Amino acid sequence: MSEKDYLPGAQVPDARGYFGAYGGRFIPEALVAAVEQVAEEYEKAKADPAFAAELDGLLKDYTGRPSPLTDVHRFSAEAGGARILLKREDLNHTGSHKINNVLGQALLTRRMGKTRIIAETGAGQHGVATATACALFGFDCTIYMGEVDTERQALNVARMRMLGAEVIAVKSGSRTLKDAINEAFRDWVANVDSTHYLFGTVAGPHPFPMMVRDFHRIIGVEARQQVLDRTGRLPDAVVACVGGGSNAMGIFHEFIPDAGVRLIGCEAAGEGADTPKHAATLTKGDPGVLHGSRTYVLQDEDGQTVESHSISAGLDYPGVGPEHAWLKDTGRAEYRPVTDDAAMQALRLLSRTEGIIPAIESAHALAGALDLGRELGPEATILVSLSGRGDKDMHTAAQYFGLYDEPAGDRAEGGK
Amino acid sequence: MASKPSASKLSGVLAGAKADGRAALIGYLPAGFPTVEGGIRAVDALIEGGCDVVEIGLPHSDPVLDGAVIQTADDIALRGGVRIKDVLRTVQEVAAAHPGTAVLVMTYWNPVDRYGVARFAADLAAAGGAGCILPDLPVEESEEWRKAADAHGLDTVFVVAPSSKDARLAEVTAAGSGFVYAAAVMGVTGTRSAVGSLAEDLVARTRATTDLPVCVGLGVSNAEQAAEVARFADGVIVGSAFVKRILEAGEDEAAALDGVRALAGELAAGVRRR
Repeated sequence: MSEKDYLPGAQVPDARGYFGAYGGRFIPEALVAAVEQVAEEYEKAKADPAFAAELDGLLKDYTGRPSPLTDVHRFSAEAGGARILLKREDLNHTGSHKINNVLGQALLTRRMGKTRIIAETGAGQHGVATATACALFGFDCTIYMGEVDTERQALNVARMRMLGAEVIAVKSGSRTLKDAINEAFRDWVANVDSTHYLFGTVAGPHPFPMMVRDFHRIIGVEARQQVLDRTGRLPDAVVACVGGGSNAMGIFHEFIPDAGVRLIGCEAAGEGADTPKHAATLTKGDPGVLHGSRTYVLQDEDGQTVESHSISAGLDYPGVGPEHAWLKDTGRAEYRPVTDDAAMQALRLLSRTEGIIPAIESAHALAGALDLGRELGPEATILVSLSGRGDKDMHTAAQYFGLYDEPAGDRAEGGK
Repeated sequence: MASKPSASKLSGVLAGAKADGRAALIGYLPAGFPTVEGGIRAVDALIEGGCDVVEIGLPHSDPVLDGAVIQTADDIALRGGVRIKDVLRTVQEVAAAHPGTAVLVMTYWNPVDRYGVARFAADLAAAGGAGCILPDLPVEESEEWRKAADAHGLDTVFVVAPSSKDARLAEVTAAGSGFVYAAAVMGVTGTRSAVGSLAEDLVARTRATTDLPVCVGLGVSNAEQAAEVARFADGVIVGSAFVKRILEAGEDEAAALDGVRALAGELAAGVRRR
């Protein structure tokens, strides 16, 4: 590669939105003007010091940035003694990293003079963050969420409605994140004059992969300095979960020029990457086009998307951001599959050793860090993106571990 | 690339309609719906009823530009196991049985990309297909396809939308051939009670950039709408309304085919009323 392509001033992606062979803009003609408007307004905003100042103010005083870096000694003991440091995006307002991107795009929406925001959500974290920003800015808000996900993330559905958003349960296809995105695109085509599609991950047509990454870059920028300040050196590895890949791109990006720092993305392997039930797109997928960009896709030989499976709604997606596809092909980042079971064990372990209940999504990164720590040994330092908190996942976790007094599945008694 | 030989099958059919002093009727149905064989018979019925051009849809798992009706049809076709080779066989049988009809394929991009761009163009041409409509492949991403299509004498029909600015219209129409597909409304496929005034304006703006025929689709479902559109467009494109007739007939294939044939007949009368 390629590492030098990432040095300051390098144009990544290129003007057409390509990261190597991945990215681009595969969209219907009806959306071309709107997507070009987003790209143009984003370039103008980047050059406007007032935009940066307002966003910085929101990130500090509303989100609570910078997020802390936490040493997890008791957890690390289970990882071969390697020193594990958590970047605490779970402590952001709304409980995940998603708010970083949402606030940036909300400011952009206001600049474009639009009054309505739509978004897709899987675990509900992007939906909650979007509903939050819409309440703050006074935008109308519609969130598309697969019906399967509205059931397994019911708490977040209630949060979005409390914040004033309309939540539409999508009943088509696999009734998960992929289909929520399809439905949001259909809404956008019909309402594009008034509406911004606040895309929640580093996928989609250019400029979304670049723009969403840029709004999350702060995760890695803060963490890199925090690790240097805390340990006096760079970490040996940075580990993050990857569904669409927004928190991973956010924490990876600042480290890309640091050739000695391994970048490791943990994909959802569901019941196993060699079973039909997984969401390990980079491990098992093939290049194709999904949701507006060329990237790895779980697909059959006719180019039909294959349904993904993961216990984690936020990672249950058969595509992935194009920059990850490029990082994989260039070898700059590695992507590993983590099963449902490994993630759930890591979730419980962090809860019981550190008093931190992570989101199931983030638990995939924790499971990856446990394995990596055992590989690298006690001298290693591993930075992990703790992208979200696990409150939303308590129903799933209670069923998985049998934490309810009543028979599992009795949702009405779920608060016991 | 802009100027196809006017001898292309599609251009010839559209020119024939124009010579008759009427708009052309273009009908859409997905392949494999409700079965591969039943789908072939349904397209036959489209043509028997009076369609000049047919679009054979390649059912897709993620039809982001389609409304509920075509989503349902795609879903039925995919659950029935329809494959790309079945779509090509549908083209082949229809083209062989109706030599006066131009047969297009309408497909999202990923199936073509996955099948192999050059291979798809070659196989579609060999099946007797006249060209392709690729609604999620904008001009900027289309160079590889257009080279392959040109090499095999296939037309590439691009879509323009009410949101397309004039400069953009010129770029799109310069890249396309056969005809220009003007989307009557901002939205996904599906029948609508009224075809908006956006369509007439878009057709006029499109004509200012090209000599290609301009055909209007999205939302047209009955003879009155067809006649209205035929006043200002070179062709009227109807899809969801045909799919609906088949869905409403349920298991009764004879009723489905009669419904398709009858609707095509009404629409064919409509495009002649102008």
